[in-house]
Amino acid sequence: MTLLRAENLSLSINGTPILHDVDFSLDRGEILALTGESGSGKSMTAFATMGLTPKGTQIDGKLLFDGLNLPDLTEDAYCKLRGRRIGMVFQEPMTALNPVQSIGQQVMETILIHGDMSRQAAETRAKEILTRVNLPPERYPMSRFPHEMSGGQRQRVVIAMAMALRPALLIADEPTTALDVTTQAQILDLLKSLVKEEDMALLMITHDLAVVSGMADKLAVMNKGVIVETGPVQDVLSQQKHPYTRELFKASKHAADLPAQDCGAPILSVKDAIRDYPLPKPYPFAPAKAFRAVKGISFDIARGERVGLVGESGCGKSTLTRAILGLEPLQGGSVLFDGIDITQKRQNPQVFRKMQVVFQDPYGSFNPRHKVSRLITEPFHLWQDAPTGKAREDAIADVLEAVGLKPEDQHKHVHAFSGGQRQRIAIARALITQPDLVLFDEAVSALDVRVRAQILDLMADISRQRNLAWLFISHDLHVVRSITDRVLVMNGGQIVEDGPTEQIYSNPQNAYTRNLLDATPVLPDFTPA
Amino acid sequence: MITYVSKRLLSLFVSLAVASLIIFAVVEIAPGDPASFMLGVNARPDTVAALKSELGLDVPAFQRYLAWVAGMVQGDFGTSYTYRSPVQQMVLDRLWISLPLALYALALSCLIAFPAGVLAAARRGQLRDTIVTGATQIGVAIPNFWFAMLLVFVFAIKLAWFPAGGFPGWENPVAAMKALTLPAIALALPQAAILTRVMRSALIDILGEDFIRTARAKGLTAGQALWRHGLRNALIPVLTIIGLQFSFLIAGGIIIEQVFYLPGLGRLIFQAITQRDLIVVESVVMLLVFAVIIINFLVDLAYAWVDPRLRRRT
Repeated sequence: MTLLRAENLSLSINGTPILHDVDFSLDRGEILALTGESGSGKSMTAFATMGLTPKGTQIDGKLLFDGLNLPDLTEDAYCKLRGRRIGMVFQEPMTALNPVQSIGQQVMETILIHGDMSRQAAETRAKEILTRVNLPPERYPMSRFPHEMSGGQRQRVVIAMAMALRPALLIADEPTTALDVTTQAQILDLLKSLVKEEDMALLMITHDLAVVSGMADKLAVMNKGVIVETGPVQDVLSQQKHPYTRELFKASKHAADLPAQDCGAPILSVKDAIRDYPLPKPYPFAPAKAFRAVKGISFDIARGERVGLVGESGCGKSTLTRAILGLEPLQGGSVLFDGIDITQKRQNPQVFRKMQVVFQDPYGSFNPRHKVSRLITEPFHLWQDAPTGKAREDAIADVLEAVGLKPEDQHKHVHAFSGGQRQRIAIARALITQPDLVLFDEAVSALDVRVRAQILDLMADISRQRNLAWLFISHDLHVVRSITDRVLVMNGGQIVEDGPTEQIYSNPQNAYTRNLLDATPVLPDFTPA
Repeated sequence: MITYVSKRLLSLFVSLAVASLIIFAVVEIAPGDPASFMLGVNARPDTVAALKSELGLDVPAFQRYLAWVAGMVQGDFGTSYTYRSPVQQMVLDRLWISLPLALYALALSCLIAFPAGVLAAARRGQLRDTIVTGATQIGVAIPNFWFAMLLVFVFAIKLAWFPAGGFPGWENPVAAMKALTLPAIALALPQAAILTRVMRSALIDILGEDFIRTARAKGLTAGQALWRHGLRNALIPVLTIIGLQFSFLIAGGIIIEQVFYLPGLGRLIFQAITQRDLIVVESVVMLLVFAVIIINFLVDLAYAWVDPRLRRRT
């Protein structure tokens, strides 16, 4: 019998339509993946099932759970359903747990709130489920607080909370998007085995087709609130009947066409870089202790060379990036840019004109009150002979055209642009001073696949036009592969492997690199029939 | 946790030492020699010198500082220049009015602010929120002495429920509390208005957090999620404001003390300053600093109680 079925489900919020005539069905023991880009309505489908839609939501059509039409339920009835029959796991494990309650308390709350068990039985059950998600209380006491655990461990706690009462349906909204690849692989395995053991249905929301292909039984592809294609995952991925599915698939597999480039003398040399963070002292006047985030790293980037830096969170790649940009002091070693030691104080800003950066978040990295023209000319203050007057206007127009925007766009504010366009503006800001080296710090990680493919193509274009070197910092191994000549793999503050990109991907020498590559979900090649 | 407490304690003692030095130095620098002030402008220089030596003002400043600190540690605050009576007794008498008044006002303020702030946050954007927010605007805007006069007019003169002023002493606790009620209300009103707004905005921020959504997904009702997960997380900014308000209330009620003829600390220090009674000024200021530092220490402990993440931090 079908556990969850949507029939002509439509949803609007304050009159804005979000979902149109959505149909899907899900049985026990099955995994249904809802995939699509941001704004496609996939998360709203999950929240509609949970009854946690925002105020002003109007739902039409049917959403049947075990014979109950969910939109008809009163709030009281819904509260009895949530947590007991339907559990939910969220994207952001760092914020999904209450920071002032212990994990045991929070897992037990799911059980106690529904009044099914005594306190003692609830504790036993909480221990059982925590053990099941690989957080045995002997090793991870239930008195621990969320801040004492890693992201992957917190996500296990969230799963334990959702699973504590053995719900028939589990909804997982991008459960591994915020996690490292090796942690992601473990969490996906855990979810898969829980579905089998508990004969539970899993509705999984994800944007990542590679994850879908290795995980789901059924797939529904959403675009603009409509399910454009649905069916068994192998069929959908191999047949790709709908053009949107084809586009998504192509973009997910997209590899930028990076032109070969001549590499010159080193433009950036990092020598024995050491970065220590002071640790809190256990008592006043205790000898200072430090955490060494970067442990004596050395590497060169040649003029025109495109280098990738990969590693999991906490490996020190962000620290290293900030140190190269001069945003953090080094405790040892040096960073030479074009032969000049930029770790010294009182830098000549002319040096930094030649090194620019593009950050991850296209929404947070601009001052919303400034117009595009002002935003992208900000690096001009580093440049003594920055163009003025007509030359300045031309420079703005040129660089906007180079990143695929229109010269008129300079008079707008950033809120008028989409995420992908904002990232283009960020690249324009980096290019306007005609740099020799650009640091891309997770520059495409926040973008949807199709937009990401466009930005990667743009980078290849730029590479064709200018002899630009870059350091592309990312946790996503697939992206790094297509956009770099050489890769540095970082782990525990050290570079564990350094070599030509293709060689590292096809024949990794270091065990850590191999782990990383093995854990990365791969979208198999399907040739559309 | 022990580290956290001992660090806070250490910072408490350092703050006290620094504060005492600054207070002593400022009072030293302040113009106006108490001896000449007491004897008037026409006094003969040798009379002034004799009084100076009698008051102990002729020894070097550093020795006087040490003597002052040593005295305070033993509970001896010295002798008032003007009243020629021990300072500690004067201060203690006043403290027995100011401290209960401050606690009374703070309790009233919390009693009003907590429910009002929670209500406004839970019903955000609805009529009840608008009413509460509007009321806090008025509460912040009304000058408390004017409100105090209004209270006297209504509850003391018209209704005669409470005395209009004065303090009968603690021999009769009921009468004493009655005498403090109107001043406490007058002091609490603006404090409650501010605290309500802080409570409301802190709680609204917290209610938008992911873990509130997680709690709802577990089957908690909106109300349960607010009480079990929202309130404690919203307490940090609220505690900060409570600490500041309590510090202010201990001596900041001078206008209210004036309106209600209460012999409190505020009036004592005001009189002492106008009369250049340096010993009293020093002692009362030191006492207030001590109170503020102790309150901050208690607030720090409360933070750690509320938020486990702070227990490990420096």
